[in-house]
Amino acid sequence: MATFFGEVVTALSRAGVDEEEAEREETPEDLEIRRELEKKRCRRRWGRDLLTLVLPTGCNAVAFLSSFILDSVRWEVVGAVSLWNEWCRTLDATNVLPTDSFCLFYRLISDPTVLLCQCNCHVAEDQQFQWLEKVFGYIQKKDLQVIILSTCPVTNYKTPESTLTLPSPFLKALKTKEFKDTICCPLLEQPNIVQDLPAAVLSYCQVWQIPAVLYQCYTDVIKLDTVTIETFKPVLSSKIMASLVKDVPESTEMLKKLLATNEIHNNIYT
Amino acid sequence: MFVPCGTAARRDFKGFTLLMPSVSVGNVGQLVIDLVISTLDMPKVGYFYTDCLVPMVGNNPYATAEENSTELSINAEVYSLPSKKLVVLQIRSPFIKNKYRSFCQTVLSWVKSSKCARVILLSSSHAYQRDDQQLHGTPLRYLLSPTIQKTVGDQMQKLNWKEMEKVAAYPEINNAEKVLHIPGGGITKLLFTERILLSMSFSFVLKKKNWVEHQPAYSHFKKTTNCSKEIPMAVLLKFCSEGDNIPDALALVNYLNEWLQLIKNESSSTTTTASHWKIPSSWRLLFGSGLPPALF
Repeated sequence: MATFFGEVVTALSRAGVDEEEAEREETPEDLEIRRELEKKRCRRRWGRDLLTLVLPTGCNAVAFLSSFILDSVRWEVVGAVSLWNEWCRTLDATNVLPTDSFCLFYRLISDPTVLLCQCNCHVAEDQQFQWLEKVFGYIQKKDLQVIILSTCPVTNYKTPESTLTLPSPFLKALKTKEFKDTICCPLLEQPNIVQDLPAAVLSYCQVWQIPAVLYQCYTDVIKLDTVTIETFKPVLSSKIMASLVKDVPESTEMLKKLLATNEIHNNIYT
Repeated sequence: MFVPCGTAARRDFKGFTLLMPSVSVGNVGQLVIDLVISTLDMPKVGYFYTDCLVPMVGNNPYATAEENSTELSINAEVYSLPSKKLVVLQIRSPFIKNKYRSFCQTVLSWVKSSKCARVILLSSSHAYQRDDQQLHGTPLRYLLSPTIQKTVGDQMQKLNWKEMEKVAAYPEINNAEKVLHIPGGGITKLLFTERILLSMSFSFVLKKKNWVEHQPAYSHFKKTTNCSKEIPMAVLLKFCSEGDNIPDALALVNYLNEWLQLIKNESSSTTTTASHWKIPSSWRLLFGSGLPPALF
């Protein structure tokens, strides 16, 4: 097929498997490379029984939890899942920075059954199953409940009207069959779907009958943004989150600090 | 792995026909499965939980009212209709790179353990790769494994169906040696040619000894080992291109219905038409959201 600029490119097939790919066998060298990559890709350093798992994915959801829930007094770091993929900016496994490819786990000191996993890195599609095994493999499933927060470009939202006319950002939810609590926003309608790590976690919870809810924020801003972060606020009134909320002035201050730090990092002159 | 759900969970589909799609050009097989599930109102009986498919979730794609619209669906699910001895596997996302072989192994193992009588694989192939002969006549084709050939081969003759042609392995050089070639068919060829269930140890031995299929040692090994068992399999496919593949899906589902008679044709015509099949609610907005008014 021809592109806009007149160049001819091979059209992608949704079949996903080319005949050539199907017939090409992996060499011993390929297998060795794959084994080494697998070793680096997903490592876990913790294990704990718990009843509540909160999982924000993406910078805005992570910033929301950092501002409104997390603090250094009530929460302690108990572990991390490190992973490596083509999106990683560092190969160093010893110095953990917020922008590195680690999912950090925080436990509520006053109630060790509450765990929060800050996942601000990209978990590739072929790592998601392994990530689930590492995290959920060490958690008891009985009485567990999971809440996931995520963002998605509003252009991915399917609606009869144009997405340009939608009042974004807005919140939509998906829940597993076992989740019986009230949800804080409308459910995500068909034909809309969710992908990536939130989908992997929700699928796991649905199959293994774990009550879980995903709150997905559709936004037209891809970077850290106050309006997007504050769209998650209705979630604070849910049964799971209500007891974890910080003071409002403290939250506002934390949010300002996070946004200021992010602006410095995003300055092309520094 | 198959994980049953629902109140009457069952793991065994003894004597049932399994319908499943290949993720292929135009996603035609998957669209056909959607039509079958939606029209027959088949209840979900389990999940096919695997690390071989890209994860995705959404609400019930076959919802007919608000009450049944909130059930979560994942990327691979199993539906069943015992009255028609039918079990259906729907696949909703592509394979993760290098995982399609593993998926084929897993599916074939499950078919064997669940005691399905036969598998019907719904697929498609690139229309632009047809040869001169294939450009004429029907774009629909079938393939039958030897076991199933004995039971339904005559029926295919009566229906006047066309078997998928083999092509020359080395065109222009040696036209005598013919092979099966299904471009754009995804795992169709792999599943059809490897329906003989290989145990993990058998595959391991093959890799270790670096055997290939044409070597005499391979055939001898297969004959003498008792770990190879053929799964009766049929493939129904349509030549098509990427685009609006709903008409292709309707053509293929009608083709399937000529054989299985899943829905009865009440009119005097010999073939079912589009109106007999219930379009699922998830087929809305297949080509994206509405257009911005300012565009015009």
